[in-house]
Amino acid sequence: MEGKPEDDGGDLTRRGFLGGTGAALVVAGVPTLGGVGVEEEGVSTQLLEAVPQTAIRVTVNGTEHRVEVEDRWTLNEFLRDHIGLTGSKIGCNRGECGACTVLLDGEPVYSCSTLAVWADGREIVTVEGLERGGDVSPLQQAFMDHNAAQCGFCTPGQLMTATALLDRIPQPTTGEVREAMVGNLCRCSNYNAIVEAVLAAAATSGSGGAQ
Amino acid sequence: MKAFTNQNARTLDEAVALAQQALRDGRSVSFVGGGTDLLQLMKDKVVNRPGSGDPDVLVNLKTVEGLDEVTSSGQVVTIGGLTTLEALVEHPVIRDRLTVLAEAAESVATPQIRHTGTLAGNVVQRPWCWYYRNGFPCYKAGGNRCFSIAGENQLHAIFGGGPSYIVHPSDLAPALVALDATFRVVGPEGERTLSGPDFFVLPSQDAEHENVLADDEVLASVALPAPGDGVRSAYHKIMDREAWTHALVSAAVVLDMDGDVCREARIVLGGVAPVPWRVPGAEALLAGQRVTPELAREVGAAAVAGARPLSKNAYKIPLTRGVVERTVLALATSA
Ligand SMILES: Cc1cc2nc3c(=O)[nH]c(=O)nc-3n(C[C@@H](O)[C@@H](O)[C@H](O)COP(=O)(O)OP(=O)(O)OC[C@H]3O[C@@H](n4cnc5c(N)ncnc54)[C@H](O)[C@@H]3O)c2cc1C
Ligand code: FES
Ligand code: FES
Repeated sequence: MEGKPEDDGGDLTRRGFLGGTGAALVVAGVPTLGGVGVEEEGVSTQLLEAVPQTAIRVTVNGTEHRVEVEDRWTLNEFLRDHIGLTGSKIGCNRGECGACTVLLDGEPVYSCSTLAVWADGREIVTVEGLERGGDVSPLQQAFMDHNAAQCGFCTPGQLMTATALLDRIPQPTTGEVREAMVGNLCRCSNYNAIVEAVLAAAATSGSGGAQ
Repeated sequence: MKAFTNQNARTLDEAVALAQQALRDGRSVSFVGGGTDLLQLMKDKVVNRPGSGDPDVLVNLKTVEGLDEVTSSGQVVTIGGLTTLEALVEHPVIRDRLTVLAEAAESVATPQIRHTGTLAGNVVQRPWCWYYRNGFPCYKAGGNRCFSIAGENQLHAIFGGGPSYIVHPSDLAPALVALDATFRVVGPEGERTLSGPDFFVLPSQDAEHENVLADDEVLASVALPAPGDGVRSAYHKIMDREAWTHALVSAAVVLDMDGDVCREARIVLGGVAPVPWRVPGAEALLAGQRVTPELAREVGAAAVAGARPLSKNAYKIPLTRGVVERTVLALATSA
């Protein structure tokens, strides 16, 4: 097989990161990353343009935020890195695991695969928004009762997808639960306990407890 | 991701104008629907627009008023390009009358992707060939070779390949072609309406692109002739796992039935060719016939006539034959 073409990603990422401070920067002597051994380039100077930003208004867990976001931020970067909601996780950052699932106007979406700037005027619920007056939701309680979290990394995403399901179908069948949850992988392979927990939550309350 | 500018378009004309402006400024541009395909390409720095790198400007179509509507007027059902896959699954007219399209939409990925991904984005998504997606300088990235020919070609084309052997990735495309859809394209010179065979292009015609869209043209909507009373349709997709992946092989089948006699059939394959692959030889066997298990078997065999597998994908031939046979028989004998 042919060798993989050379990756210049390290350099771009570093520049992008520096650009993320928002100001025009002069960068000197950026080392090339990702080659065999790090090579020091001669002193190079580069003027970076300001990164495009947009003012948006977005409601997250019932609180309205009027903020400037960089156009290139994913919704997940905005939530985790800029308003401190680290509940949603990044497993793959490419629509292949489900750990980043949040509710956008009540529907489950991958926050890694949509942009913050597109959430303008919309309503988001993350796992932090499931509690009511200091109490976990019936679904969260059922997850605890049924040991539906092992390492727990996938759990916030599982909870969001299941919350949307129970809002739409309060008493789902086992088949409906499995179908609704196909977009959330569990690396610990705890699927049976997760399905049991969702069914148990449906039996106790008929509601996952979002808004 | 590298820095880029998001521009919200309010109208189709504005979307086209924004794209033209960006191109005039020497900036690369992409239209975007849900972004479920485009954002992965951008994160991976895969060359989406040969010659221009990943986009400096995204023209967001989600803000175009009315582009996500389904309207049925008399003999035509029109579906806006920004209609989400989930909306297709749930729409009563599509479920009941255009079942193959609802089933194709439902077979895509996961609920999360179906809530975000759009019809136009699905049809226009770039190939998921592992060479292209991993940065190899192949035809699809503006290069001049196809790495699958001498490489790992398990998922590649058995029909219509050369010089590139990608398979068309869209699940909706075979269903739309089976339903005789026309594609409404809006660009700087106004709009044009194209049939399936005119919209999709083989690599032998244009190795870089999968369709005729120019960089400043939008797929605005599709129009489907409303099917008559005897028409039934189904989409059958074979995957290497139960969900969340593209088709190894799929069949979109539309039968116009008069009792147990088939008046006319349209059969379009997915996962086997660089475009949605219609099999007229197989369709012709059904015209005017009662559909028996024997006939369905012949139709399956006719569907794979002329297949030319690569070194590692001959398994797609019996798979295709079986999918066509089973889908035709099940559909003809249902209801
Ligand atoms: C993990 C994973 C699994 C997947 N599985 C499947 C599957 O099983 N079946 C399947 O069919 N797909 C699958 N997909 C692809 C998925 O991205 C599409 O199904 C989805 O519908 C794309 O729609 P979008 O609106 O998000 O497209 P976008 O990402 O917004 O756009 C895709 C491409 O089309 C262009 N584009 C978008 N809208 C227009 C328009 N109106 N006019 C002109 N150009 C336009 C964009 O510039 C871009 O190049 C999968 C994707 C992922 C990440
Ligand atoms: S992090 Fe979004 S789907 Fe994996
Ligand atoms: S509990 Fe560990 S990944 Fe699901």
